[in-house]
Amino acid sequence: MLLFVEQLLNGLQLGIFLFLVAAGLTLIFGIMGLINLAHGSLFMIGAYVAATVTGWTGSFTIGLLSALPAAAIAGVIIEFVVMRRLYDRDHLDQVLATFGLILFINEAVTMIWGRTPLFLNVPDALKGTIEIIPGVPYPIYRVAIIAAGILVALILWLIITRTRAGMLIRAGSTNREMVAALGVDIALLYTALFAAGAVFAGFAGAMAGPLVSVQVGMGEQILILAFVVIVIGGIGSVRGALVGSLLVGIVDTLGRAFVPDILKLFLAPAEADGIGGGLSSMMVYLLMALVLVIRPSGLFPTAAAAR
Amino acid sequence: MPTSFEKPFLIAGLIFLIAFPYIAEAAGNAYFTSTVARILIFAIAAISLDLILGYGGMVSFGHAAYLGIGAYVVAILSFHGYDGSALFGLPGTEYAPIVWPLGVALSAVVALGLGALCLRTSGVYFIMITLAFAQMLFFFFVSLQRYGGDDGLFMFAGRSTMPFIDLDNDTTFYYVCLAFLAGFFILCRAIVASRFGRVLRGIKQNERRMVMLGYPVYRYKLAAFVIAGAGAGLAGVLLANHTKFVSPDILHWTKSGDILIMVILGGIGTLTGPILGSAAFLLLEDYLPVIFGALSMDLLKDHWRIVFGPMLILIVLFARRGLYGMLFRRETDDG
Repeated sequence: MLLFVEQLLNGLQLGIFLFLVAAGLTLIFGIMGLINLAHGSLFMIGAYVAATVTGWTGSFTIGLLSALPAAAIAGVIIEFVVMRRLYDRDHLDQVLATFGLILFINEAVTMIWGRTPLFLNVPDALKGTIEIIPGVPYPIYRVAIIAAGILVALILWLIITRTRAGMLIRAGSTNREMVAALGVDIALLYTALFAAGAVFAGFAGAMAGPLVSVQVGMGEQILILAFVVIVIGGIGSVRGALVGSLLVGIVDTLGRAFVPDILKLFLAPAEADGIGGGLSSMMVYLLMALVLVIRPSGLFPTAAAAR
Repeated sequence: MPTSFEKPFLIAGLIFLIAFPYIAEAAGNAYFTSTVARILIFAIAAISLDLILGYGGMVSFGHAAYLGIGAYVVAILSFHGYDGSALFGLPGTEYAPIVWPLGVALSAVVALGLGALCLRTSGVYFIMITLAFAQMLFFFFVSLQRYGGDDGLFMFAGRSTMPFIDLDNDTTFYYVCLAFLAGFFILCRAIVASRFGRVLRGIKQNERRMVMLGYPVYRYKLAAFVIAGAGAGLAGVLLANHTKFVSPDILHWTKSGDILIMVILGGIGTLTGPILGSAAFLLLEDYLPVIFGALSMDLLKDHWRIVFGPMLILIVLFARRGLYGMLFRRETDDG
């Protein structure tokens, strides 16, 4: 039972990372109609900058804070140089061009930082464990991530539902031609949204730094999971991204923790470990298949999905 | 539409490919034959992808999955044949007339299952879902500890065996690959020209119209998806035999991207294009580092992808019709 609660929290925390990446991705698709494979690269850039600056200054806070503008700048450059030319192209062109971007960014990161993974320590202030639920000691840093993620989700929700920019975003995801026709500077909105998506991804990358090894390719791993999230949640829907992220995070984590044990009830231990390992890493995709069978356009379909 | 120029080109190309092992040997570098065999194999995969991409308008970003299944069928059966253990109660084997059709058939079956799910959606969903399912299969093969997991599986028994044909001879194997490519090319040409192919193109142009005309669009797309999966499975079967080694790397998502690039580079919506694209892509991959080395640009020699990535973006932005368009089509003629 204790293990279950602990794994549930781990799943929640993975879900938060996924949400930070998927939210930007889904908004960018919803409004600009753009599929951006290089979104994971912004996650990676955030992690690398945070790790490097923390190494220089010794302060994780400064590292984290410098990762945000770095990701934003990278996002704006990418939008300005490449993405702008892709809005009117079909999805195939977008996929290929952003695939080219991934090759470029990954190689550039290798040239700057080398092939050896970087490691980032958990900041001193957040070391140790805490018992949120009596009897379940849980690392403070992971609790901080969950809290930060919930905070960001709240801020995002407030921006989207309560501000003028949010109104434009919602309007844009329903009918972007109409928004442009009403005299909104759509180019500026696109760049701003792209930068915002980059900041979320960079923030997630920086927070992930102390938990995983910072290396080339880390962005694509989370990107593909974020795709699964978006397919489950429904393209263009932030609410869908939130629900999808938590589902995927929890199913993935619990699957890895418990599927081999459950199989041991039916199979020989060696066999259960073998099949269980495979099955547990396939769980989220099976979840996606299930959602597809029941609701082909995701749990929270939006107008953008029809495009 | 094939131009008058294309047919002589294909015939000349075939003659060149038939003569190639002799040319390579005369040039004192028989290794080239193996390089070109690899190009032929990936050409099969690229043609099979273009069948659904260029003719059916389905952007599958998970085509390497079927490549992987074909390859793993060969390697796993060879593994059991070599150590004498049983798989599902049956002995393993390296006998090509059994193993190869099995690899192609299993790829087709998996394509049928995944295609039935993926084709419930379209557009950008389809791209993401095909990518995600391919990633699922990638993790599946990574988790097969018995078959090497992450590290992959060497085929200690060597290439598959075939009556009267010695596949272990590199030149012979090259001709087998060439024969399969030619056969698959002719098959796809017939498919494209058939009523089925025309319906497929109609769906690409306007799916709703075809639905209104009463065509069972979903079934047509699924059939094309299965044929493409089987084609990639065939390429996988040959690929495993080519390197005598398989690893999850074959179905890594970047491989799916590579095959997509081959199609675009060569010319989408054509059958000759993917062959050109496969050659151009693999030669660039092999020789860009060499070229940078020769120009003594050492930094770029190790990091050639930093040039390759932007090159790809530029091709997508400005040279959409690919090599095929440059060679055979002077005027703009889309459709």
